[in-house]
Amino acid sequence: MSDPILELSGLTKVYPGGLKALDDVDLTIRKGEIFALLGPNGAGKTTLIGAVCGLVRPTSGSMRAFGQDLQGDWRQARARIGLVPQELSTDMFEPVKHAVEYSRGLFGLAPDPARIEEILRSLSLWDKRDNRIMELSGGMKRRVLIAKAMAHEPDLLFLDEPTAGVDVELRKDMWHQIDAMRARGVTVILTTHYIEEAEEMADRVGIIRKGRILMVDEKDAMMARLGRTEAHIMLAEPLGALPPAIAQFPVELEEGGRSICYRGGDGTGKGREEVADLTKALIASGIDYVGIDVRESSLEDIFVSLLGDEEGEAA
Amino acid sequence: MIFNARSAWSIYRRELWRFLRTAFQSVLAPVLTTALYILVFGSAIGDRMPDVGSVDYGAFIIPGLLMLTLLGETTSNSSFGIYMPRFTGTIYELLSAPVGVAETLVGFVGAAATKSLILAAIILLTARIFVPYDIAHPFFAFVFILLVAASFSLFGFILGIWADSFEKLGIIPMLILTPLTFLGGTFYSIADLPAPWDTVALVNPIVYLVSGLRWTFYGSADVSIWVSLGLTLAFLFTCTAVIAYIFRTGWRLRD
Repeated sequence: MSDPILELSGLTKVYPGGLKALDDVDLTIRKGEIFALLGPNGAGKTTLIGAVCGLVRPTSGSMRAFGQDLQGDWRQARARIGLVPQELSTDMFEPVKHAVEYSRGLFGLAPDPARIEEILRSLSLWDKRDNRIMELSGGMKRRVLIAKAMAHEPDLLFLDEPTAGVDVELRKDMWHQIDAMRARGVTVILTTHYIEEAEEMADRVGIIRKGRILMVDEKDAMMARLGRTEAHIMLAEPLGALPPAIAQFPVELEEGGRSICYRGGDGTGKGREEVADLTKALIASGIDYVGIDVRESSLEDIFVSLLGDEEGEAA
Repeated sequence: MIFNARSAWSIYRRELWRFLRTAFQSVLAPVLTTALYILVFGSAIGDRMPDVGSVDYGAFIIPGLLMLTLLGETTSNSSFGIYMPRFTGTIYELLSAPVGVAETLVGFVGAAATKSLILAAIILLTARIFVPYDIAHPFFAFVFILLVAASFSLFGFILGIWADSFEKLGIIPMLILTPLTFLGGTFYSIADLPAPWDTVALVNPIVYLVSGLRWTFYGSADVSIWVSLGLTLAFLFTCTAVIAYIFRTGWRLRD
């Protein structure tokens, strides 16, 4: 396991009105990974980011970044953390290059025109460098926020809903940008509503709900552990009951015996192999079929299922 | 204590850039307003008014009018400087940066004070066009204007953090500072007021500022320059302490 870059322990935030936005959160982020924090609205994602970045005062718990106490040695640690906020918050009258240069200076770094040019070019903003931010499209404004967050060359970057309200093309472009950050050795923590985004990019996934971390795991391990293969086999003739050779599979009859539904596997492809074996068993048993529909469960299915289980337990 | 000069310089430079970007509103408007006061009360009406002590009336009102503009503009500039990032959400960048109270104050308050000094210089030069006057103690005048600019920049900063609406942002300069300055001896000497108003007037803190600045111009004033300087310094330290408390507790800055 890589060195931890961020360690949260018992992190709790209770707002003055009594709302518990973070509830005893323990979380360790490893150096160089892309970590996706998933959760519904109001789950505590932005509060968690705010606590690490100094925007929110935690009620209790400890935070360590780069081995330093974030509440004690906050200056050194914060100099190495970048934040791209959810809202498009920037001085709209300011020219793009000016805004990015300001961010670099604010974090205490000497001017570096070559570095600023590199960042702006990498985000396709160089041609717009003298434009006022208000003149840019929504997607371009979001890129400016990323450029501002990258200006001080952070080792740890928070992206709070980086592709919210962004069209599909730009979203994929943003994914490339995040990949490029990883290639540069930046650790990225992103929050998102788009499960597809986490599935596409994340090394590890954390699921948060009502301020509590429900699960943290490698994305592939989570999919393997909780993933399923689901297959529907449409039969040529309806069956009254499953013969023993078929019943040994995790299957059941559906639609009055006109189809067999298989639910099994572990998200690693094992289920597909078992479906192949099932079809062979059907032929060997003399059962004809006219169609097969196979699908692997997505991270979204796992996410919905986990939140559903949690609701069930709470009820 | 750690001080990051580059961070402070970045804030300072950006705030000055914002000032220059809105030069018509932030420079021309107050200069024009003050020039009109000087033209009407100093040049047009002033000729028919008796001298105050040994000072021509037109020249007498210049320190008070300068103070009127300084207090209003300095407070507004500074409060707006910190309120706008709060209002638009861009304050996230300042709060997430390795920037403490010292860098923030040097940046925001330093820029607001610099704007006020520029404004004061332009107003004084403009006033010379309409009314002849001399400054008896130019060094003291500079120090006093600097102290007033710095302390009311700090005050404006507190106001900008306290305010949660544009209405609140305008209340203090419009409804408190301006009336107190008008009643603080801008157009008359406190000594000329009938009893008990000459004593009651001393409750108004602006009297000490107008009087102090007037002393640096003409060598005479309603109250001692040392009292004026002492109170201005006390106000400066009080505002600094309040801001240090705000940063320590995160009041209205951090959730």
